[in-house]
Amino acid sequence: MGKTSRFGTAQLLFVLSVGILVVVVAVPMLLIFFNAFWVNGHFNVADVIRVLRQSETYEALLNSLFLSSGVTITGTLVGTFFAWLVTRTDLPLKKTMKLLFLVPFMLPAFIGALAWKMLLSPRAGYINRLFMDVFGFSSPIFDIYTYAGIILVETMYLFPFVFIQVSGALERMDPTLEESARISGADLFTITRKITIPLVMPSILSGALLIMLYSMAHFGTVAVLGVETGIYNIPTLIYEKIHQSAGSFDSIRTATVLATVLVITAAFILWLQNRVLNQGRYQIIAGKSFRPSELKLRTWRIPMLVFCLLYIGLTIVLPTVTIFMVGGLKTYGLPFVSENMTWENYRYILFEWDLTRDAIWNSVSLGLSAALITMFAGVIISYVIVKMKVRGKGILEFLGMLPFSVPGSVIALGVILAWSGKYGINLYNTVWIILVAYVARYMAFSLKANSAALEQVHDSLVEAARASGATMWQALKDVVVPLVRPGMMAAFFLIFLPALRELTVSVLLYGPTTRTIGVAIYTLNEDGETVYSAALAGIALVIIVTGEILIKRLVAGKSNA
Amino acid sequence: MAYIELRQVSKHFGDVVAVDRLDLNIEQGECIAMLGPSGCGKTTTLRMVAGFEDLDDGEIRVGERCLSSKKKNFYIPPEDRNFGMVFQAFAVWPHLSIYENVAFPLRIRKLPKEEIAKRTEEALKHTNLFSVASNRPDDLSGGGKQRVALARALAIRPDVMLLDEPLSSLDPHFREEMRFEIKDLQRRFGFSILYVTHDQSEAMALSDRILVMRLGVVQQTGTPLEVYGSPSNRFVFEFIGLSSFIETALGADGMSIDGVSYPWPNGMLPAEDIRADGRGVLAVRPFEIEFLDPVGTAGVPGAVTRKVFLGETIDYRIQVGGTEVRVQKTRRDPGPAVGENVKLGFPQPHWYRVGGD
Amino acid sequence: MADVRISEVSKRYAEKSVLESLSLEVRDGECFTLLGPSGCGKTVLLRLIAGFESPDSGTISIGGESVADAATGQRLPPDQRGLGMVFQDYAVWPHMSVYENVAYPLKLAGSTALRERTMRAIGLVGLDKLEQRFPSQLSGGQQQRVALARALVSEPRLLLLDEPLNNLDAHLREEMRFEIKALQRQLGVTILYITHDQEIALGISDRIAVMDERGRLRQIGAPDEVYEHPVDDFIFRFLGVANFLPVRREDGVLRIAGLPEPWRGPAPDKPGDVLTVGFRPSDVALAPESGDSTGLSGVVRRASFLGAQMDYLIDVAGTQIRAALPSHECVARGLVFAEGDSCRVELANAHWFEGEITNKGIL
Repeated sequence: MGKTSRFGTAQLLFVLSVGILVVVVAVPMLLIFFNAFWVNGHFNVADVIRVLRQSETYEALLNSLFLSSGVTITGTLVGTFFAWLVTRTDLPLKKTMKLLFLVPFMLPAFIGALAWKMLLSPRAGYINRLFMDVFGFSSPIFDIYTYAGIILVETMYLFPFVFIQVSGALERMDPTLEESARISGADLFTITRKITIPLVMPSILSGALLIMLYSMAHFGTVAVLGVETGIYNIPTLIYEKIHQSAGSFDSIRTATVLATVLVITAAFILWLQNRVLNQGRYQIIAGKSFRPSELKLRTWRIPMLVFCLLYIGLTIVLPTVTIFMVGGLKTYGLPFVSENMTWENYRYILFEWDLTRDAIWNSVSLGLSAALITMFAGVIISYVIVKMKVRGKGILEFLGMLPFSVPGSVIALGVILAWSGKYGINLYNTVWIILVAYVARYMAFSLKANSAALEQVHDSLVEAARASGATMWQALKDVVVPLVRPGMMAAFFLIFLPALRELTVSVLLYGPTTRTIGVAIYTLNEDGETVYSAALAGIALVIIVTGEILIKRLVAGKSNA
Repeated sequence: MAYIELRQVSKHFGDVVAVDRLDLNIEQGECIAMLGPSGCGKTTTLRMVAGFEDLDDGEIRVGERCLSSKKKNFYIPPEDRNFGMVFQAFAVWPHLSIYENVAFPLRIRKLPKEEIAKRTEEALKHTNLFSVASNRPDDLSGGGKQRVALARALAIRPDVMLLDEPLSSLDPHFREEMRFEIKDLQRRFGFSILYVTHDQSEAMALSDRILVMRLGVVQQTGTPLEVYGSPSNRFVFEFIGLSSFIETALGADGMSIDGVSYPWPNGMLPAEDIRADGRGVLAVRPFEIEFLDPVGTAGVPGAVTRKVFLGETIDYRIQVGGTEVRVQKTRRDPGPAVGENVKLGFPQPHWYRVGGD
Repeated sequence: MADVRISEVSKRYAEKSVLESLSLEVRDGECFTLLGPSGCGKTVLLRLIAGFESPDSGTISIGGESVADAATGQRLPPDQRGLGMVFQDYAVWPHMSVYENVAYPLKLAGSTALRERTMRAIGLVGLDKLEQRFPSQLSGGQQQRVALARALVSEPRLLLLDEPLNNLDAHLREEMRFEIKALQRQLGVTILYITHDQEIALGISDRIAVMDERGRLRQIGAPDEVYEHPVDDFIFRFLGVANFLPVRREDGVLRIAGLPEPWRGPAPDKPGDVLTVGFRPSDVALAPESGDSTGLSGVVRRASFLGAQMDYLIDVAGTQIRAALPSHECVARGLVFAEGDSCRVELANAHWFEGEITNKGIL
């Protein structure tokens, strides 16, 4: 009796999981491939090659590759250096520094790009003007509308990927691995070169590949800084094609071909990262916990601290302050003196302007719904993948991997193909299409958080409940669900916060009344409403940072209990 | 003069005194075990000798060389001390082959190529690793990794080997095997060993002398037999092996347990100051307690409450008044059964103060 | 309180047969240990009894009631078998306090006097005053006691223990062993204990079943019976340090291979010309070379003072054997040997095995 009913439950959960993933992820993806390779009902590779050889697409591909490689190299160097600095030297205020280096993760890169545009655009940028007007430079000191500019800005916001991985590995690393090298006669410099760096190399590489993946699929910074001078990467070109074409078949095909390239590249990077993690991750965590020997910076101690503070000042404080200041200007371009400043802009966009009020409302409600839906779907799917022994689980595991490798602009494109009426349901220009896309985009976050939580729930905990007299359902209710709850909470916030500032997906899907905060900031900027754009960006930053702090509190409170 | 000399060595961490004015002399080729519960300061002492911690007071010398001295504010960093060291968690580098692990200290010293090859091979052969030298250490068991660590420490042919709980991460079976291997290597190469452990049988099996520590203070230094047979205080007695303690009242001509008087066991009187207290703790090893003739006049009467067959030994609990006394016998002594009345003899008892260490 | 009957049970995983037609009976109220090397199938057997796995063939009954019958497909789910179970990794629920953990089985059963019974179980394992703590605030030994209290609280008829003492240090392990034993006497519960540690098995059990790595039962008996009368060399080896010496029967005369003098110990109970005599380190009696002992002559290769015991490695006619003697006796009788000393070796309690057995892993 018990046996058959359990079998049924398992099957039900399995079918439900596969169903969610197929509808939300697999169908849009297949439609992209289908549109890219089928012309008039025929498989056609020659046409794909033709599209790829058009100078426009070909250049976007090269740009994507060039930009993401550049960002990966600089981001990895910066991230590794700071990680080493805060874990292996006697830098003052290390703990605070460590937290500060994580702040860029909270800030949306495209708002940063906006700030840097205001500071370093060749003619209007405040810094360039300061140098030309006050110090008499004949030309701008730096032009942000260049490859170098884009790489610099992306590096500032993406280096934490490497920083987190490497500082984590360095902190967990058994100090006796380094001490045994010292007793073997090696000095600290040799140890760093021969022992420490090789041992954390897998973490460095894995972080680097994350940067590459992210940068490859990144829309905002290139859209803000590149498009002006004709620098397109794949996501910005997809956007351009969809937006200008008004649905012409040719541009949709170009977009699907670009999306295919993006998916393949992303899948390749993820595969590579998995290999690095599986093969190269050494067992370096063990033993008694002594503090590792710190490199004494001696005379470099204070200069290094100043350098770190300067870096943080330049990359976090300066852009943030710029956003708020510009948001408070009566007219863009005026100098920052008190008679030019006003609260009026903030009041207007918060309480009066429909466009911005709608955007805030849309983002909050979309974020909440996407987070809730994805959280519950994620916990079911993870449960089937991690805990159940069902036939056909391989398919589910494959489907579950898909969301990880599909960039936002690809998801948006797939959703357009699937839900604009061609197959019976038309969600185009409604918030629903954005919601569907968000669920697909953030499913990966939810799966990750929930499977991690479920893996912590050892089978014996459930078996102990069964042996205590609990039925399968009672064991689920009393043991599994309470233990997975923190994972579900984590999934919720991991989705809600990024959704609040999302741009890449919604910029492809928004309609007249369905702008999100990200879209509103971006379009206002495009339309030359720089001041309002900055003011809304400022408000977005306040919401995001408040949210992050609340969650840190919440999570810290939980884990202490 | 001793080869290694620790003189009045002290170390504090904040308000906590980790090591308090420790003196120790180690002769060339001698093996010294530092034994104590966790937090007793034994590892800190070892790390001061290695050079990973500086001293808050005192001096450490090896041969003619001063390594650390608080007074002279002098300190040689670990990489220049030329010691071999083996760590609890192996600390074998997973990104290097076994061969390269062992060759590392030699390469650092920039020895000629042939010399590196010769010494590496020698160290690998002595630790039975020669045939797997090109493998990565991750494929090895715990015991195998620890052998790599030993070979790496041997490669520089050190005069002094520092071992920090080298066996406690190993399976019990390998522990014994490795213990003998370390001893063999020491015999062959003649280095001195400073060995940290919390396992008393390990300390006794390996070392020439044992130093028992507690809360940063040395309790006793002596050969294994001395420390086991004549513990300086109750703490050492209890830490160094199984023990049975019986609290007694002390009179002028004997002791009494729960109101019943007995003559001094084997005529071993407690020391004057303990007798002055009027009470004392009788300490005996379970293995040394004798079952005397149950109807004879000698011995302390009790009843067997528990008898457990443990293979080589049989473990008894004997109720003596309000105290349960543990007795162990080899399985070849046919002892009393549960419920039987017995008389216990205490040869070679030790006396300690009630409530003292 | 219940007996357990396992008859003709087989279990395979994919291509690998773990248990084959295994039959076993655990008596009401005894502490029964399944002892075997890791991977021998003892855990599978325990899970079959608990109901987490079902047998491919055979039947299992607890207290006379069939709980699994492969022929009819009948299978009682684990929650209806009336068991208590303690897992190797404790499996204490981290989100519940000690009290909530222990009370949970009673809550499910809708028991009356819940608080009183829960507190009694907590008291039984010596955790009074800690009932409001969460598992993360407890030591490993304390967590293991919570698991024990939880398994005992509903007064199960059968207690299944899956290597519960493995993760504890030696001192705690001994203490918990006593406690489990005491609880069993107090409550009269039947205990089925599985372990690969022969010391725990000997110390805790009324009867022991020794399994080999292929899942077969090799011997069942009381601890001293299994230890003193092993049916074969596998059992002899598995239960402790085993010494072996090769013995040859030539023209009806027994000799230790390589020694001229004839064997003077007890006569073998096995036929054949190629024999092996096995004995424990404590079966070795030593005498000084100079004395009047007629024992085998040996050379001390290694002498270790281990506190209560002296541990000698002795070379007898090219074979290394180990001897363990109480230190105080060695001192009293002048048997403190140094490396290289000659001595005389006499054996008691010889076990005879047919064929040649090599001294593996004797150090």
